[in-house]
Amino acid sequence: MIRFDAVTKRYPDGTVAVDELDLEAASGRITVLVGPSGCGKTTSLRMVNRMIEPTSGTIWLDDQDTATLPTHELRRKIGYVIQHAGLFPHRTIVDNVATVPFLLGTDKKQARRTAMELLERVGLPEHFAKRYPAQLSGGQQQRVGVARALAADPPVMLMDEPFSAVDPVVREQLQDEFLRLQQELGKTIVFVTHDIDEAIKLGDQVAVLRVGGRLAQLATPAELLSRPVDAFVAAFVGRDRGYRALGFADAGTLSTRDEPTVVLGAPIPTGTDGDSWLLAVDGAGAPQGWLDLGADFRGHDTVTDELLYRGGTLATQGSTLRAALDACLSSPSGRGVVIDEGGALIGTTTSREILDLIEAHEPERQT
Amino acid sequence: MIALADGASSSPLHFVEYFLDHRSEDLGLLWSHTWLSVVPVIVGLLIALPLGWVARRHRWTYPPIMSITGVLYTIPSIALFVLVPPLLGLDTLDPLQVPIALTVYSVALLVRVVADGLASVPEETTQAATAMGFRPLERFFKVELPIAVPVIAAGLRVAVVSNVSIVAVAGTIGLSNLGQLFTQGFQLSTPDAYYPPIVLGIVLCVLLAVVLDSAVVLLNRVLTPWRRAVRT
Repeated sequence: MIRFDAVTKRYPDGTVAVDELDLEAASGRITVLVGPSGCGKTTSLRMVNRMIEPTSGTIWLDDQDTATLPTHELRRKIGYVIQHAGLFPHRTIVDNVATVPFLLGTDKKQARRTAMELLERVGLPEHFAKRYPAQLSGGQQQRVGVARALAADPPVMLMDEPFSAVDPVVREQLQDEFLRLQQELGKTIVFVTHDIDEAIKLGDQVAVLRVGGRLAQLATPAELLSRPVDAFVAAFVGRDRGYRALGFADAGTLSTRDEPTVVLGAPIPTGTDGDSWLLAVDGAGAPQGWLDLGADFRGHDTVTDELLYRGGTLATQGSTLRAALDACLSSPSGRGVVIDEGGALIGTTTSREILDLIEAHEPERQT
Repeated sequence: MIALADGASSSPLHFVEYFLDHRSEDLGLLWSHTWLSVVPVIVGLLIALPLGWVARRHRWTYPPIMSITGVLYTIPSIALFVLVPPLLGLDTLDPLQVPIALTVYSVALLVRVVADGLASVPEETTQAATAMGFRPLERFFKVELPIAVPVIAAGLRVAVVSNVSIVAVAGTIGLSNLGQLFTQGFQLSTPDAYYPPIVLGIVLCVLLAVVLDSAVVLLNRVLTPWRRAVRT
């Protein structure tokens, strides 16, 4: 647990970066600090490991006042990940990861062995260990940055926009892997970002800060989307709040209808009974895409990959209302494809049915 | 006075014979020249490291430190050789006179190099080091200094090579080094020009500079395997 107790940071020129912040980051959870630039989110983060000293107030690490520890001891107990990873260019990847264990005087062999395990854990192949940071891509460097922060198994991690400098595709990968890793490790994490979507995706709770370093709202992502506390938070959380909030609403068990299918490689069926879209599945029953029976199949006798429309998304049974609705909206036939955990087809549903579920679901709208 | 070998030619190309005739003496000059070129650079670097660190750490000290060292570097070497003994209370022609003056030059040259080398360390790297719990000295020696090596090595090359030529000047005020070959050539050039010792002096100075420069380059390569790692 990390607790900010009336923490203020005022600079000599009078600027107040953080103003009387009270905040508790629960143990084993991800607390995201988000806000526009100048809201003091990074300052708040850096006051935890005393890269910046608070002007007044106390930051507690469990029941210890952080101000009472020598800074280097405090910092070795706190993992830290920053935007460009900040790896040491003169050290190999494995030695970068082993940095804190080396500082703590852990046996070098043992430290490197742990580092190798961590590299595997963050999804980097073993042969990367002997390379230098300059030989890795930005996304790979950031994985090393995460591994390095974890090396001494600190209970607490601070992450300062760790995924902001990589391209969107890699960012999403890193976010997903980060969530998976956190499920295994259960660290107490304070995560800073300016990206509200990232905050909502990653946070167990999200603290929205306003310029001048004041806490505007502390809430779960779902609550933040459905009940922004004032106009500032509402504007910051942004458009599509209603739709994005569905991403936190459990769809329950969707009732589905059986969907006629054709197996890949089978002859193209002839004749349409009003509806021209036919769902194609593979041998294992996993949906592959939609076949437009009204299309021109010149040169093709059987259903092949290249004939399929693959734009539709799939909703897994038991996922969120957002995923279910999206499956319907993105499907060319208007029928949303529902699959089981193993990826096999269960049936289809329609946006009308999902909308009924949404109507029934949203308690906020009725009150 | 050096005795001329019988029948020695005054052709510039006969410096090899001149060398062979005075081998042990010339090797002695070469050795002291090497020593005088290298040691002041090493001592200068040791002094420049903390000064450069201060100039980098407290930014307001950078301009005055650079101005002062810049002025020191513009003092003509011969004047500095002459001024060092009275200023430090040494005898004229004290063996430390020249090394001290050369150390001043090396410091003057290397303070800027060290400060700029430390400035070449990426901000996020030092930030990360601090956040991981490096204490200031640990951070300096384990992170900042190793990363600054390429920049510092570039400065060391300049310092060591320029020292080779400044040392030669000290030969003209009677100190034992390759510079004496020039004085000898000068003295032997009456009434007729006599070039071999002068050419020999130039050749040995250039060779020494090349060897020392290569040594720095090699040292840099050994210390920075990470720089050769090619992006894949």
